[in-house]
Amino acid sequence: MIPLLTSLLAITLRAGTSLIYATVGEIYTERSGILNLGMEGIMLMGAVSAFAVVYYTSSLLAGLLIAGLVGALLAAIHALLCITLRANQVVSGLSITLFGSGLASFLGQRLGPVSNNRYLVGLSAVQFKAFPLPFLSRLPVLGAMFNQDLLTYAVYLLVPLAWFFLYRTREGLNLRAVGENPQTADAMGIKVQRVRYLYTIAGGMLVGLGGAHLSLAYTPGWSENITGGRGWIVIALVIFAMWNPARAVLGAVLFGGINAVQFRLQAAGTHIPAAYLNMLPYLATVVVLVIMTWWETLSKRIGAPAALGTSYMREEK
Amino acid sequence: MNAEAQPILVMEKISKRFPGVLANDAVDLELYPGEVLALLGENGAGKSTLMNILVGLYRPDEGCILVKGQEAEIHSPRDAAALGIGMVHQNFMLVESMLVSENIVLGLQDLPLVPKMEEVVLRIREISERYRLQVDPNAYIWQLSVGEQQRVEILKLIYRGAEILILDEPTAVLTPQEAEDLNRVLQQMTSEGKSAVFITHKMEEVMAFSHWVRVLRNGRLMAVKKTGETNPQELARLMVGREVLFRLERKPARFGATVLELKGVQADDDRGLPALKEISFALAGGEILGVAGVAGNGQRELAEVVTGLRKTSGGRILIRGENVSNSTPLKIIRSGVSHIPADRIGMGAVGEMSVASNLVMKGYRKRPISSRFWLHPRRILEFARRMIEAFSITTPTPLTRLKFLSGGNIQKTILAREIDACEGLLVAVYPSRGLDVGATESVRARLLEQRDCGRAVLLISEDLEELLTIADRIAVLFEGKIMGLLPAETADLKTLGLMMAGTQAPGGFDAPGI
Amino acid sequence: MRLAFEKRTSTSKAVLFVVPFASFLVSLLLAALLLGISKTDPLRTYAAMFRGAFGSWSNFTETLVKAIPLMLTGLGVSIAFRMRFWNIGAEGQLTLGGVAGAYVALTWAPALPPPLVLPAVLVAGMLAGALWAGIPALLSAYMKVDETLTTLMLNYVAILFSEHLYYGPWRDPQGYGFPGTALFPDSAWLPRLAGRAHLGLVFAFALAVFLWLVLNRTRFGFEVKIIGHNRTSARYQGINVSATIVAALLLSGALSGLAGVCEVTGISRRLQQGLSIGYGYTAIIVAWMAQLNPLAVIPVALLMAALLVGGDQVQMIMGLPSAMGLVIQGLILFPLLAGSLFSEFRLIRLTGRRKGETA
Repeated sequence: MIPLLTSLLAITLRAGTSLIYATVGEIYTERSGILNLGMEGIMLMGAVSAFAVVYYTSSLLAGLLIAGLVGALLAAIHALLCITLRANQVVSGLSITLFGSGLASFLGQRLGPVSNNRYLVGLSAVQFKAFPLPFLSRLPVLGAMFNQDLLTYAVYLLVPLAWFFLYRTREGLNLRAVGENPQTADAMGIKVQRVRYLYTIAGGMLVGLGGAHLSLAYTPGWSENITGGRGWIVIALVIFAMWNPARAVLGAVLFGGINAVQFRLQAAGTHIPAAYLNMLPYLATVVVLVIMTWWETLSKRIGAPAALGTSYMREEK
Repeated sequence: MNAEAQPILVMEKISKRFPGVLANDAVDLELYPGEVLALLGENGAGKSTLMNILVGLYRPDEGCILVKGQEAEIHSPRDAAALGIGMVHQNFMLVESMLVSENIVLGLQDLPLVPKMEEVVLRIREISERYRLQVDPNAYIWQLSVGEQQRVEILKLIYRGAEILILDEPTAVLTPQEAEDLNRVLQQMTSEGKSAVFITHKMEEVMAFSHWVRVLRNGRLMAVKKTGETNPQELARLMVGREVLFRLERKPARFGATVLELKGVQADDDRGLPALKEISFALAGGEILGVAGVAGNGQRELAEVVTGLRKTSGGRILIRGENVSNSTPLKIIRSGVSHIPADRIGMGAVGEMSVASNLVMKGYRKRPISSRFWLHPRRILEFARRMIEAFSITTPTPLTRLKFLSGGNIQKTILAREIDACEGLLVAVYPSRGLDVGATESVRARLLEQRDCGRAVLLISEDLEELLTIADRIAVLFEGKIMGLLPAETADLKTLGLMMAGTQAPGGFDAPGI
Repeated sequence: MRLAFEKRTSTSKAVLFVVPFASFLVSLLLAALLLGISKTDPLRTYAAMFRGAFGSWSNFTETLVKAIPLMLTGLGVSIAFRMRFWNIGAEGQLTLGGVAGAYVALTWAPALPPPLVLPAVLVAGMLAGALWAGIPALLSAYMKVDETLTTLMLNYVAILFSEHLYYGPWRDPQGYGFPGTALFPDSAWLPRLAGRAHLGLVFAFALAVFLWLVLNRTRFGFEVKIIGHNRTSARYQGINVSATIVAALLLSGALSGLAGVCEVTGISRRLQQGLSIGYGYTAIIVAWMAQLNPLAVIPVALLMAALLVGGDQVQMIMGLPSAMGLVIQGLILFPLLAGSLFSEFRLIRLTGRRKGETA
């Protein structure tokens, strides 16, 4: 029993890491009032750029940096369109996804070595490998938490820091105000547009890192559909986390868990057709969404940042 | 006012232009320490614009500002705050989902990165005590009443060291008693050397609260008067530019059959708390029943329940004898009910669609505008042209989008659409809010017309003067209950004020029916 | 000199035409940059793309082939978007339409009189698409569940389901190992008009006109528009918002379902890989670029199809990644979105005259 639980937890954490990065990133973006539906595209771009960089330089650090940069850049385009140019945030996000996915495919067919027909598919490179922490990794069940790769360990710091920043610092206070009531934040002297830009770009950076984890650790390498719709699932995870970074872990664990169960069942050779198992995460997302919405209507209080998805412009000066 | 003291604030020849309108035309203003100045004018006179310039939300095209004798460049609310100037807006600048203490320190420059909230709370309590602005620093804004929220706004300004407080129509959301409390707070502040400017269009406020008054009309400064040396009539004349008739001609009442009846109606608000508690009254054709009360006591819920936009949790609503409680809005519209909602752009009209489209939004289901499934664009245009003329709506073309029209013309469009019959019920909620005197007069005239031709009118209004002028009977709504129902002739401000604050006045109740 | 945006006081008709056209040009420019970085001559590429799309009769018909599903899904998406209902599920609605059509074609066709088969197949496709859009619509209208995610998730479910079917239980035993169903009987074949371009083209034209009429000449269309602009107003006017949303979405899904079943009965004549290649997502670009006007959807869809077909050609001739066409598509939306600003605002120069100057 214990070995089973331990291995389930291990797979869950590995699968959930990229989701946590992306969820925390999107929480910050949405907290500023901007909805970024471009995450699928950003994650793909993060994955392909990280892998390409690592393939040629063998430097994992460089891969991460580039992935973060790429994520930030794509998010910056979205920010420019939505904040300064006041475009429709839904369509803008979708365009980032379409563009990002297309560009990632393009790069995946172009950045590879000539020996592989310029394709990045089918190659292997340096990866983030798991390394156990002394003593802690021998704990029953929980030991799985301490036998992970560097990026997952970083999550253990990222989440509490993200929570503390949002709820206990002055900057986090300002951010929350901007997302709830930009008119008020503006009147109180907070630079609304700057805040929105900052956290949209920062959020995009984290999402890019989430993509990097996929190609550098979880399913090392590059393939066309490496994200499998994770970028979209993150949107549900943000709602599930009620825009609280600490709760982001819950959702990621839930979906990591579903992934883990899928693996297990397939490995065990069940009669359930693979297709139905593969549908699980997507159906689960819908169910989670319905439950969250229903609960929110009941409790009437915990909800999205009030100004999410709206554009803000002060009357002419 | 001490003649030898220096003014703490001087605004010199301030001008500000917006597309199509000169909002401020070389306006001057002087404010001395320890003084309350009233800025009086109609809607659109330029008072809010002037003050928004002072707090850095707008930049003046011409003119300059001197604070304590020094020329000041105010580019943002932060600059204004640094100079000791702060404003309490009509729409409170508060984040509902955050705490009082968080709202008060939001955006403060010298707040440490990790603020110590216990110290903040302590300081808030000190200021609360001193100025008698009681409020719980650890409450969420959404838990507070409107009056308490206003106190938070004032606390916020004082916490940040404001010497000059600007209040925009502060009593619009207060009961008469709460307004007196505010007056006491202002007196306390001015006795400590602070100054205040408050923006208003109500003469009574000017007389009660201020030491000096400046009257603006059409963007220009018309007069500067010492409050003790003037009177409401003179102020009104300066404000409007002509003699204002305070009473409209009203024909004697001719009541018909009962049109609307509420029996023990109960309903909840958006948060699930009871908003209407056993409301009962009846309304006849040819009668205007005014519902008075400070906003937030159930007015919105009452209008929504009668027009089918909200479910009741008890009781019955009858229109011409038929039970329509919890019917759909469509069924109620078909029973002959028209609704002029409080929220013009958010509910009553679709800004992105044309004037013509908005005009037919009620009648599009009937001939000749539509037959079966089809809409006939030419007939819509004809209909629209007739309405535009009949109601004097100013618009470049019938196909112009509604959002390009002025507030008054938008309201005229809504009226034109809703005033479609001489029978049934018309529910009008704050119909003249935000309109200038001319538009207000015409709205009231239309309501009287409806009444005279036999329609039942339920008029919900915060403006006691409006109700006293055109209503036949007045009911007062307080915390979801009807405190009293009086014939308009016997109602007076004092009695109504008491009822609005929750006291049931002696003899304040007529029989609920007719 | 400082620039600022000033709200317009009247709508500008010129902007409505200029912006989509200009944004297409800008996206070509941006893509040219990308090509330049990739050491490929943009002008040669574009010329090759144009020839690939329109250069010969057979090229043109192939462009039509790709345009038809884009027209139909574009129409479907545009009607949902009119109500600000973000139906991103066109891909899944299309796929399921194909699946349902395949089911009727393979299972019931033998039992039905031949003239009835094709109509039955088409209707089945439309119903399936309608159902797949109806579920998120119901969830949104009655339970306030955000539709962006639900429509999207159902895409994955539909695609996985369809794959499962033609790899598994519906697989053609005589298929030589290729995944896919058996060929449909003749009676279930959608007639082709020119090259591989099929009757779906006529459906698309007819439905574009139909939708335009519905939107601008019927009470239902009037209500749809009001809901899109202001739901609160719509309720207040007595419109049954929930029912209207569901009805419009059923229509939206049916259109995408029709696209799917036409693909399956007109092109491949079996259910196999290659049905879900992103039409449903491209449809969003089509709808947005057409500014949600049904009549404009037709030419815009043709343009998008030209990009796709041209892109394929270019891949074969010039060895460019097949994703090139996708990249350009993605690029189109950016200037389009940026340009939408100009329909609401004007760029002005602030003169900033301050104190001391007399009026």
